[in-house]
Amino acid sequence: MSVLADARDRRGTAPLPQLGSSWSTVRRVVEHRALQYRRTFRASIFSSFGIPVLFLTAMGVGLGGYVDRSQDAVLHGLTYLQFLAPGLLAATVMQTGSFEASFPILGGLQWNKIFHAMFATPIQPSDIVYGNVLWIGFRLALVGAVFAVVIVLFGATKSALVVLAVPGAVLTGLAFATPMMAFTATQRTPDKFATLFRFGVTPLFLFSGTFFPIESLPSFLQPVAWLSPLWHGVDLCRQLMLGTVAEAPLLALVHALVLLTITTVGIAVAMRTVESRLVKG
Amino acid sequence: MTETNLAPADASSQPVPPPREPAAGEPLIRARGLTKRFGDFTAVDGVDFDVQPGEAFGFLGPNGAGKTSTMRMIGCTSPISDGQLTVLGMDPRRDGTRIRARLGVVPQADTLDNELTVRENLLIYGRYFGLPREECARRADELLDFVQLSDRGKDLVEPLSGGMKRRLTIARSLINEPDLMLLDEPTTGLDPQARHLLWDRLYRLKQRGTTLVLTTHYMDEAEQLCDRLVVMDKAKIVAEGSPQQLIARYSTREVAEFRFAPGIQETLDGQFEGLAERIEKLPDRMLLYADDGEAVVTGAHSRGLRPETVLVRRSTLEDVFLRLTGRSLIE
Repeated sequence: MSVLADARDRRGTAPLPQLGSSWSTVRRVVEHRALQYRRTFRASIFSSFGIPVLFLTAMGVGLGGYVDRSQDAVLHGLTYLQFLAPGLLAATVMQTGSFEASFPILGGLQWNKIFHAMFATPIQPSDIVYGNVLWIGFRLALVGAVFAVVIVLFGATKSALVVLAVPGAVLTGLAFATPMMAFTATQRTPDKFATLFRFGVTPLFLFSGTFFPIESLPSFLQPVAWLSPLWHGVDLCRQLMLGTVAEAPLLALVHALVLLTITTVGIAVAMRTVESRLVKG
Repeated sequence: MTETNLAPADASSQPVPPPREPAAGEPLIRARGLTKRFGDFTAVDGVDFDVQPGEAFGFLGPNGAGKTSTMRMIGCTSPISDGQLTVLGMDPRRDGTRIRARLGVVPQADTLDNELTVRENLLIYGRYFGLPREECARRADELLDFVQLSDRGKDLVEPLSGGMKRRLTIARSLINEPDLMLLDEPTTGLDPQARHLLWDRLYRLKQRGTTLVLTTHYMDEAEQLCDRLVVMDKAKIVAEGSPQQLIARYSTREVAEFRFAPGIQETLDGQFEGLAERIEKLPDRMLLYADDGEAVVTGAHSRGLRPETVLVRRSTLEDVFLRLTGRSLIE
């Protein structure tokens, strides 16, 4: 029957939705994000190569040449490039996660308001949160995979274990993305994002064991690194990529649990803030 | 809102009675003492109304009267603060998701995805209602034709005119074959030509038996589209009826509008006494209400009154609103 058939003949024929979030509702949100991404896919993959190539060349190869001459024991016999690569992988994915949960989410709530359009259908706020978390997870996996390819091309890894570091990096990214999403849903302008990136994301990027081991920090600052979610991600990726997990399996487990906990709490809070925002209009 | 419960639906552990069709003659929307509060502010203050299947029902009122808040409660995106509301025989507090599955919503601000094409906007929206892709495609093409956008299907949304975006939003709201369409200020901000094109499409839907609920602060829109309407002011309903009934009840058949040179109007106190049933003094003109407007003009002339311009017209809903609230609809 025509979609525009006489309403009197088809009243009450619309399919009934099921209640509660499920894969069948969440995947529609993912589908929408994927449809949007198709248009920027090429450019995005290309730029995903750019960052690791630039950083690994400048820091890993350039700066690394000087660092390696010092033969410092703190690197445990690794070249600086080998040390840097997994940390930079985690830190880059973390930055992508923070970004993906800020501007694009604010866009859906405030600018083109597509999340409000979704909320006028059987899609629920929880579907919107889960769908976006899944989508961001996919984006992070893509960025991480491209980064891993670059690491291999630079010869910065000794083994195929680099594959294991990608899920570690995705988890790190999600631990930043989900609290960021919860925060974004409370904002109506992007004004606070710049502050958050400048005083939150960037210091963590620099001081979480990405560029130098936290043992190099003054001893009173070292415990502070434990508070940095990024340090847990950096160290986890490093353990996975260098194949040293077996030396400290408990530590790796703690890292993963910390990141998983932050992600879960982030999702729970985002559920509340996103719903409250959609209800407010 | 219980509908956002994260627990997966489990019919066996949570018996939910199947949503029932409103029985014949039962209203599609029924509100009693419906109230919306935001903190200390009451946006909708205990309103009662019914919307019958197949009718075009309007909320007429100025900005801030509570029209949008009422629409959002009906659309199950804003929980009610007090009173009772039944939509399609269901309770928005419990069956919000089910109700939304059968609504077609045209929000006040466009919520189209500018990153997608015109046709993709319809396709992805159909997916939200759980429609298969082929069905979405079939409906999208038919709806693009209906809103006269077939030739723009592959274009991005962004360069479209305001009127085209509105038409696309209307097409989008029809993708799920809704039982009830909610249109919040459907033509606000459009130029006259775009408005007429939109009214024409809505009129066709009405002819096909689609139930329309719309808000507007344009009295001509309400007169053109609504079978029945309520006039809202300051969170309350102040009158209800068909446009003709409201005009007959609250105004005269005709109105004579007198415009004087600046400063003159204030000097004419009392000189119009007895000429008309009722007189409204607006800052820029005087409205004299009578069943015979020409007689008022003749009477005024014979009293030596010389307005700069005179206009005799039929009473409109604008006059009804002025009578009921002492204010104009568009301020």
